[in-house]
Amino acid sequence: MLKTFKLGGVHPAENKFSADKAIEKLALPKSVFIPVAQHIGAPAQALVKKGDQVKVGQVIAKAGGFVSANIHSSVSGTVTKVDLATDASGYPKQGIFIEVAGDEWEECIVTDETLVERFEADSKTIIDKINEAGIVGLGGATFPTHVKLMPPPGSKAEMLIINGVECEPYLTADHRLMLEKGPELLVGIRLLMCALSVNKAYIGIENNKKDAIESLKKLCASDASIEVVPLKVKYPQGGEKQLIKAVTGREVPSGALPIAVGAVVSNVGTAFAVYEAVQKNKPLIERVVTVTGKSLSKPSNFLVRIGTPANELVEAAGGLPEDTGKIISGGPMMGKAVASLDIPVTKGTSGILIMPDPDAKRKTSQNCIRCGRCVTVCPMGLEPFLLMTVSEKQIWERAEKDCIMDCIECGSCSFTCPADRPLLDYIRLGKGKVGQIIRSRKK
Amino acid sequence: MSKLLTISPSPHVHTSDSVNKIMYRVILALVPALVWSVFMFGLDAVRVTLLAVVACMGFEYLIQRFLMKEEPKITDGSAALTGILLAFNVPASIPSWIIIIGALVAVGVGKLSFGGLGNNPFNPALVGRVFLLISFPVQMTSWPIGIHAQTDAVTTATPLAILKEGVKNGQPVADLMHNLPSSIDLLYGNMAGSMGEISAMLLLLGFAYMLWKKVISWHIPVFVLGTIFVFQGVLFLANPDKFIEPVFHLLTGGAMLGAIFMATDMVTSPMTHKGQLIFGIGIGVITVLIRNFGAYPEGISFAILIMNGFTPLINAYVKPKRFGGKK
Ligand code: SF4
Ligand code: SF4
Repeated sequence: MLKTFKLGGVHPAENKFSADKAIEKLALPKSVFIPVAQHIGAPAQALVKKGDQVKVGQVIAKAGGFVSANIHSSVSGTVTKVDLATDASGYPKQGIFIEVAGDEWEECIVTDETLVERFEADSKTIIDKINEAGIVGLGGATFPTHVKLMPPPGSKAEMLIINGVECEPYLTADHRLMLEKGPELLVGIRLLMCALSVNKAYIGIENNKKDAIESLKKLCASDASIEVVPLKVKYPQGGEKQLIKAVTGREVPSGALPIAVGAVVSNVGTAFAVYEAVQKNKPLIERVVTVTGKSLSKPSNFLVRIGTPANELVEAAGGLPEDTGKIISGGPMMGKAVASLDIPVTKGTSGILIMPDPDAKRKTSQNCIRCGRCVTVCPMGLEPFLLMTVSEKQIWERAEKDCIMDCIECGSCSFTCPADRPLLDYIRLGKGKVGQIIRSRKK
Repeated sequence: MSKLLTISPSPHVHTSDSVNKIMYRVILALVPALVWSVFMFGLDAVRVTLLAVVACMGFEYLIQRFLMKEEPKITDGSAALTGILLAFNVPASIPSWIIIIGALVAVGVGKLSFGGLGNNPFNPALVGRVFLLISFPVQMTSWPIGIHAQTDAVTTATPLAILKEGVKNGQPVADLMHNLPSSIDLLYGNMAGSMGEISAMLLLLGFAYMLWKKVISWHIPVFVLGTIFVFQGVLFLANPDKFIEPVFHLLTGGAMLGAIFMATDMVTSPMTHKGQLIFGIGIGVITVLIRNFGAYPEGISFAILIMNGFTPLINAYVKPKRFGGKK
């Protein structure tokens, strides 16, 4: 029996069209827009101004606090302006526009691709380098990695869990990375283990990526401290709490962080970025992005410079299909619908998904038939139908009592509801409101 | 891009399941038993079923259109399902006008007076059935003999009624059993009874189909039938002269129909599996109590309605197991 988390979960059609497409380097864009807030926490502060010349890897915005991350230029050329532009959030964000000229890198960055396995760095050096390199969680949550590596006093990491689950349908970026960059990934994992001073790491991978499981298993056969854990395919196994439960059987208490059960979770993309940062001095300036969709002619996995306009990715994948009805940044379960392709790839962009018209529309909501499916599939053991009702009626105490803040916004409830009720829409609303109430109480 | 893109919050994909699909799958699951009842009772079965379905849908349409002034939703399949279930719960010989009244009560009182699908606390078909049982006790309990039975009689009592009457007159159960269909007959449905309760086997087939299609989970039927079996088993072991063996109870008197198709009505049963356990056991216990000690030979309809009444309470107190331990 394959391991998995116990409570709830759904299995949407996988549609991994790009699973056998090797990662391709996308051609350099003509210009980039690099937002200064590509992470959770304080936005970074821009260090450059109009007219400045920048090189690839140069810091162009400095972390704005402890929970923040540096931003580096992903191209070389001239800063044309520092201004607002729309990103995947749909809101105008402060960022740096750079016109590309050539491809000139900072000297300290090692650009050849030979594997560098040995390292002598200690925990502090590694964390500093990760901090320097502006690494954030690449699974989509974009939490600054160095913060995770410094557990608050009183808590201690016992293990590292690498998230290779990629449970979102359609996305294959992590899958390809595990297949093609296995050795580098393992070095990255060792670096993270060293930074955390733990001597056990697990790589959780869903069983629909058998080739990746096999190849990583072979690679770490001689290293007992890193273990590949094949997992049953079930969404949302990539959720930190679900992944920890699946791999270790431990349950992160309500309201607590993974470190409460001794676990630190990092995405495979993050581990690869850590390898590049520490062993090659390379900051986080590019990432793998899946570009996919049912009617796209060439679903692909691209290695993309941060700040590249999304439409260049779609062009390279065969162009926007006629029947496009919706464009999503990220996967279909948790990704964000965007108004246009005129948005930049950022550190958190795991995929660009093009959905054809009929699939894109929501169906009209009907009466709840009280079938209980939303309850059965909720991985947090909540009662979505009830949370929706109390949010609709604005009964906030009830929403709080029924643990609305535990919702991880995985969307399993809305996905499964036969009456097409917009459960998560209302739960988000309720979460926002209850969150406000809780914060005001603390003050 | 000239065309407007859809912008909506996640998730952006949805199961292909819908309310309609669920309803039509339940209906499909009832088809084998329906075919059997046509085989057993002939055109009468067709008449009663068609009337019930058409009347339920018709009343739903009229009430939604002219009384509630909303867009009728008769195509969602729920009214048709109520019609079939109502037909399954009455004798095939029932006069047409009675079944029409039953349909009116089921849809009008049982469902729409509470606001329609999803808001009704009680199973509409059962509301209709129990109303008819109380209002027209004679017509509701004269059971036609199947076309293929070797007898001259036109109507008879159901096996449960014969037993109940006999035990009341002091006859030992074993003697009474001689004149009743064997378990095999009961299993495939060679007995007197309502259209939907006579073939346990075909109802189980429908159950298997619904489990396969994930229309319902196994919890309610298994807990209802399991409880009847265990509770009746205890009574039987205590006094085999007065109480019938448990398997007989499972195969007669609508136990299967009730457990598989009526108690599992989503709208009126608890949401969580834990709640469904309590609900199922409750129905089982009440059914056995009514059948052995109550005024009616049959009890599962009442048992389900009573437990329907407890559903909101169960939902309020039985919470799913929360991730991370908090209650
Ligand atoms: S979105 Fe929230 S309420 Fe809905 S299934 Fe996921 S965790 Fe549960
Ligand atoms: S899944 Fe939809 S119809 Fe079923 S109980 Fe939840 S909200 Fe109601």
